[in-house]
Amino acid sequence: MPDILEVKNLSVEINKKKTLKGINIKIETGQIYVLFGPNGSGKTSLLMTIMGFPGYKIKEGGIFFEGREITKKTVDERARLGIGMGFQLPQDIRGVKLIDILKICAGKKPTAELSPGEKALIDRFNLTDLLERDVNLDYSGGEKKRAEMLQLLLMKPKLLLLDEPDSGVDLESLKLIGEEIQEYVRKNNASALLITHQGYILEYLKAQRACVLLDSTIHCHNKPQVILNDIRKKGYRKCVKCWEGKTKK
Amino acid sequence: MLGGKDEKMKKLGDLPGDVIKTAAKVGMEETEKERSASFFHLDEAGVFSKVMEGYKDKVELLDIREALKKHAWLKDYYWKAVDKNKDEYTKNTDELVMGGYYMRILPGQKVEVPLQSCMFISKLRFKQYVHNIIIAEEGSEAQIISGCATTEGTGSAEHVGVSEFFVKKDARLTFTMIHNWSPETLVRPRSGAVIEDNASFISNYVILKPVKDLQMYPTAYCKGKNSVARFSNLMYAEGRSYIDAGSRVILEGENSRAEIISRAIAKDAATIISRGDLRNTNSKVKGHLECRGLLLGKESVIHAIPELLAKGEGSDMSHEAAVGKIAEKEIFYLMSRGLTKDEATALIIRGFLDTSILNLPAELDRTIRNMTEKVSEGL
Ligand SMILES: Nc1ncnc2c1ncn2[C@@H]1O[C@H](COP(=O)(O)OP(=O)(O)O)[C@@H](O)[C@H]1O
Ligand SMILES: [Mg+2]
Repeated sequence: MPDILEVKNLSVEINKKKTLKGINIKIETGQIYVLFGPNGSGKTSLLMTIMGFPGYKIKEGGIFFEGREITKKTVDERARLGIGMGFQLPQDIRGVKLIDILKICAGKKPTAELSPGEKALIDRFNLTDLLERDVNLDYSGGEKKRAEMLQLLLMKPKLLLLDEPDSGVDLESLKLIGEEIQEYVRKNNASALLITHQGYILEYLKAQRACVLLDSTIHCHNKPQVILNDIRKKGYRKCVKCWEGKTKK
Repeated sequence: MLGGKDEKMKKLGDLPGDVIKTAAKVGMEETEKERSASFFHLDEAGVFSKVMEGYKDKVELLDIREALKKHAWLKDYYWKAVDKNKDEYTKNTDELVMGGYYMRILPGQKVEVPLQSCMFISKLRFKQYVHNIIIAEEGSEAQIISGCATTEGTGSAEHVGVSEFFVKKDARLTFTMIHNWSPETLVRPRSGAVIEDNASFISNYVILKPVKDLQMYPTAYCKGKNSVARFSNLMYAEGRSYIDAGSRVILEGENSRAEIISRAIAKDAATIISRGDLRNTNSKVKGHLECRGLLLGKESVIHAIPELLAKGEGSDMSHEAAVGKIAEKEIFYLMSRGLTKDEATALIIRGFLDTSILNLPAELDRTIRNMTEKVSEGL
């Protein structure tokens, strides 16, 4: 089976500024892969580039999904191939209701009814009361993240790109989001590339691999808990140094 | 026609096919089933006026000239909410009036099924002058849907319509006007509303088809204590359409409130001037004005002109205005959910022409939502 995602020697510019340099990542099918890194290191940019957003200009390298190159595909083509993005800062859209977008994610016509299973999922995410509200507009931090995860799960993607799903959510929502993602990944043999700062969500998710993004490039590949402990103890920079020291020996 | 006794129509369905087809697009229910009363004015005359069984003791509906003859007291309403000498259009209407309707919701009657009226032009180069009076008596409630249209392909025409609303104590009136003109039509509605104690007037306006030149500035006078005026406009202009439409509320009553909300979309070389004006004479009032505009063409123009004139420390007035093109970020967010760029754009436009700002009952909301969906699909 080909890897679900392979990023090969990827360099990216935003507004002519080099933001990512020589990135290499391989995610095996069924794996949850964690991306650590300080603010501004380029984590979001990497996910946005994988999703195909404009403004993230690929200067070198390529992106492969299930063994096929997708570097030139549009955002919607990538979504239809099975890549789903849970944004760090979800966009609000006036006039487009949460229910509208949920139906789109579920591949349904605006007039179609939701299935009992879909309704139950909405209920579990505690979003039934928000269905008629404009998507993300004036939602609390937790509501935004829950709405984001719900949309993703309805899309049934093969690869989830999760940008800080645990930032700004309360403990109950964190548990819910973590468990739902874990359950989805397990049942569907799906994969994920997950950004987290504190790693709280890793209590509920079984992540196999992790790396650190620092100074626009990738360092360290190890078990998530090992890296997280190192970052906690020594900080990002020292953690990276220690790993580089080891590999040189 | 009306008055030429034998020619009087028995049902709306007797109207010529192309007329009824276009009238349906402005909300006219040809079977009359979902309506409590129906009025139809075709070119120079009223051709149909009927109150359905079960509503005859609730509402009164007559051709305006008949009503003026029947009720001597109606002169106390005629030209009382709109100034007869306001401009050449009001003066001409006073002189050349061809008809119009008189609707009265009787005291305490709650009419849930909407009344409907239509002002229609089928003749080329026709100039239509009508005058309507709508009275919601004390404690009454009603919904009126009023459509104005020209037969498709009529070419140039002119419509001047005076409408005067009187919403009495504790009454609640919702008036929804839908326009569908030929791109060569000149349109000059002239409307005024007087709102008494604890009464509310909700005025909705929808225009989704091109028009040559439309100008209006309906004014509501919140005279009563706790009176409420709410104007909502959904406007979509394409081609070379020129629309100058605003709403004005004068807050005179203690604790009176007003809200003006408009959504304007200009495509091609269309121009929309979206005005709003709130002013008060009494200090304990509240008003909010909101204008959002979306530009879809290089040559399209939206000019938002919100005005607030607040007097006295107890007045609380605010406005928001935002005009721009569709945000790329919104389009790409939707594309990441699998929509193509065109589908995403259409969805945002449909959402922008949000019918829920109109506060309509389900059936009318569906009618208008179907129209806005057609607009966004056709882009
Ligand atoms: N749209 C943009 N325009 C300009 N600079 C950007 C844009 N997006 C991100 N950047 C810059 O790129 C760098 C990486 O940002 P980001 O990928 O958001 O980091 P992270 O998610 O790791 O915190 C930062 O210096 C940020 O300011
Ligand atoms: Mg980020």
